[in-house]
Amino acid sequence: MKVNVLAFGIAKDIFGGSSITAELDGNTTAELKKSLEKTYPRLKQLASYMVAVNSEYAQDNSIINETDEIAVIPPVSGG
Amino acid sequence: METQITISDKPLNIQSCIDWVMSPQSGGIDVFIGTVRDATKGKKVVRLDFEAYEPMALKEMEKIAAQAFEKWPVQKLLIHHRVGTLDVGEIPVIIAVSCAHRDAAFEACRFVIDTLKQTVPIWKKEAFEDGEVWVAAHP
Repeated sequence: MKVNVLAFGIAKDIFGGSSITAELDGNTTAELKKSLEKTYPRLKQLASYMVAVNSEYAQDNSIINETDEIAVIPPVSGG
Repeated sequence: METQITISDKPLNIQSCIDWVMSPQSGGIDVFIGTVRDATKGKKVVRLDFEAYEPMALKEMEKIAAQAFEKWPVQKLLIHHRVGTLDVGEIPVIIAVSCAHRDAAFEACRFVIDTLKQTVPIWKKEAFEDGEVWVAAHP
């Protein structure tokens, strides 16, 4: 499955753009993370990162659909 | 539950935030103003860049507000967050809370800023004289 992934903060630097297309085997957040880390190993150096599906934090077993708005959320630092 | 939650690339206005939370039922207003500091760990900061995943950031701030209303008898709650490039001394965030009594206002205001820093998808990049760093990105 191919999904479009939005990137913010340092993830934008790692991806080299504000959105990328990722190819994943399966349909869960965990599989998306695996695919992204393979293509962009620098993700693994982050303190942590989350995936948001339709602008809500997702768990590793969350199901992803091709039409979802998906985003990589590196450690936040607002305020 | 009266809230005013915004993300803006324009300078924030302290007085208008205070005016908005004022009410005849309030006995106290607590305001937190975040400001850009000129140094981090002894290194000179020249500016900060703030970026938000706006729809999600607004949603997460609404959630924090709802939690504050559940925990304390809050009358009005305002969160204004700025995005874009800010110089030293500028204001990235204003939180204002009005309550009948001061204890709740102090506690709720502190809860909002502390939780915002943990959950709201907003990022800041510190620019030093010799480079730039996304805050908290690396261990």
